Amino acid sequence: MVSIVAKVSKEDLEMVAVLSRLEVPEQDKEKHLRQLDSFLQYVDNLSKVDTDQVEPLAHVLPIHNVFREDEVRPSLDRELALSNAPLKEDGYFKVPKILED
Amino acid sequence: MKYEAVIGLEIHSELKTNTKIFCGCATTFGAEQNTHVCPVCLGLPGVLPVVNRRVVEFAIKAGIALNCTINKFSKFDRKNYYYPDLPKNFQTSQYDLPIAEHGYVDIETEQGKKRIRITRIHMEEDAGKLVHSGTTIKDSAASNVDYNRTGVPLIEIVSEPDMSTPQEARAYMEKIKSILEYIDVSNCRMEEGNLRADLNISLRPAGTKELGTKAEMKNINSFKAVEDALTYEIERQEEILEDGGHIVQETRTWDPNRGVTLSMRTKETAQDYRYMPEPDLVPIITTDEEIEAYRKGLPELPDARQARLEEKFGLSSYDAGIITSSRDMAEYFDAVVAEGADPKLAANWMMGDLSKNLNSEGKEIKDSPVDAKRLGKMIQLIEKGTISSKIGKEVFKTMWESPDDPEKIIKDKGLVQITDTKEIEAIVDSVIAANPKPVADYKSGNKKAIGALVGQIMKQTRGKANPQLVNQLLAQKLDQ
Repeated sequence: MVSIVAKVSKEDLEMVAVLSRLEVPEQDKEKHLRQLDSFLQYVDNLSKVDTDQVEPLAHVLPIHNVFREDEVRPSLDRELALSNAPLKEDGYFKVPKILED
Repeated sequence: MKYEAVIGLEIHSELKTNTKIFCGCATTFGAEQNTHVCPVCLGLPGVLPVVNRRVVEFAIKAGIALNCTINKFSKFDRKNYYYPDLPKNFQTSQYDLPIAEHGYVDIETEQGKKRIRITRIHMEEDAGKLVHSGTTIKDSAASNVDYNRTGVPLIEIVSEPDMSTPQEARAYMEKIKSILEYIDVSNCRMEEGNLRADLNISLRPAGTKELGTKAEMKNINSFKAVEDALTYEIERQEEILEDGGHIVQETRTWDPNRGVTLSMRTKETAQDYRYMPEPDLVPIITTDEEIEAYRKGLPELPDARQARLEEKFGLSSYDAGIITSSRDMAEYFDAVVAEGADPKLAANWMMGDLSKNLNSEGKEIKDSPVDAKRLGKMIQLIEKGTISSKIGKEVFKTMWESPDDPEKIIKDKGLVQITDTKEIEAIVDSVIAANPKPVADYKSGNKKAIGALVGQIMKQTRGKANPQLVNQLLAQKLDQ
């Protein structure tokens, strides 16, 4: 099998950071690039295995069809549900501004 | 240049279950904020979701009713995005192995029947509701979140871009709603957001094949808004293209008050959902036998029912289409006919006086004060000649306001049609004697003059005289 890993670019790193809501300081980017690259090369070892005849795996356990019946169970008390929220208001979870102007 | 629109819809339909898709919280609409939440739907660490059996059952039924292939091996995936309406930072949905694929529905267009292909149907959880502190999402410094709706089961029905006018898009959505109601998997209450559509629309020069850049409008929850938003978008895009500009691929919001679509820019510059298999849920395997059993359990669907009304009762395609557009209406019709009423008369009364009264009072047919039994009886009285159609209208009006049977109303009000020839003859004679002018006009060749005499007779009998008899007797006497 051919390795699928291309070198991770600075743009890739910045993109992943945005998607993960992380801020990466400029001076650390070189270090993170090296680390990401070596992770990916390590994981890329898996590409050496011939999987042409193997069905893709949907779940690691050999079980399926685990269902519950459609029966109502008690919900949390609202005060308890909100007890870990950093911000709350009138029984709501409160979150900062979402859209830019 | 002439452009044609290319339209595709993603319809989200809330399923009619008691509990959420992965936990036992109730799905009841209108509960106080954050009272239907638990560790699972709040996405607290360490919890394990378990699939609601009925969600899978309903999704498979929808798949069969929409002519899809049911995937015998199906699984859930995580769709990652950051938005506070999702406490887990991902939505549990389905990616590459949805429950159903490759279906279609047929819609009526001005050019005749048109087939709209359905790409796929997948199961997913709904998101929470954001309440903004400002007047709009843009000028709000903060937002409040209610997670009651988070985890409410949805199916998303994705169409191919097979529609080319706002009217077709509306007809398609109406058809989907009708089918989901027939198979009883969704309440389809649009005002509660049970059924809402994301509209994708692009333009291309008429007759060409290549797709243009599309705009998307999310969460449209009325048929009128579907038509209006698409009509506006077609005009907007046409204008840009005419001026030599380019369409920006973006999500726009429909403002029904101003009748315009507006660009929505989010902080997220690049959207990448990074789907991954949901490790906390195991695959769903459905056997051929199970699929067959679901298929057998489905009721007669709108298209089949319409065809039956046309063939068995000779209804026009238009009438049969309207009557079968909702299951409640179709069942009402069947009940009227079962009562012994003539099917064509039943259709006329339903689409006439019944619909008029329901519309003017904003009522649904299942809440109609006149039930199928009484309407059926009344129609039979017309067929037997006990009352005329005209008197029928009066009886119908009285039934609307009282629980009395049509026979009782007719008796109490003395509305029985006069079919006694002697009695009518006497009235005919007196009317002829009292109206020399129309009589002379008629005799001198103006046959239309008979109308005035008929009118007089009906007036004197308060509409109760059998119209055929009146006409017959009048003509006899005048032609002597």
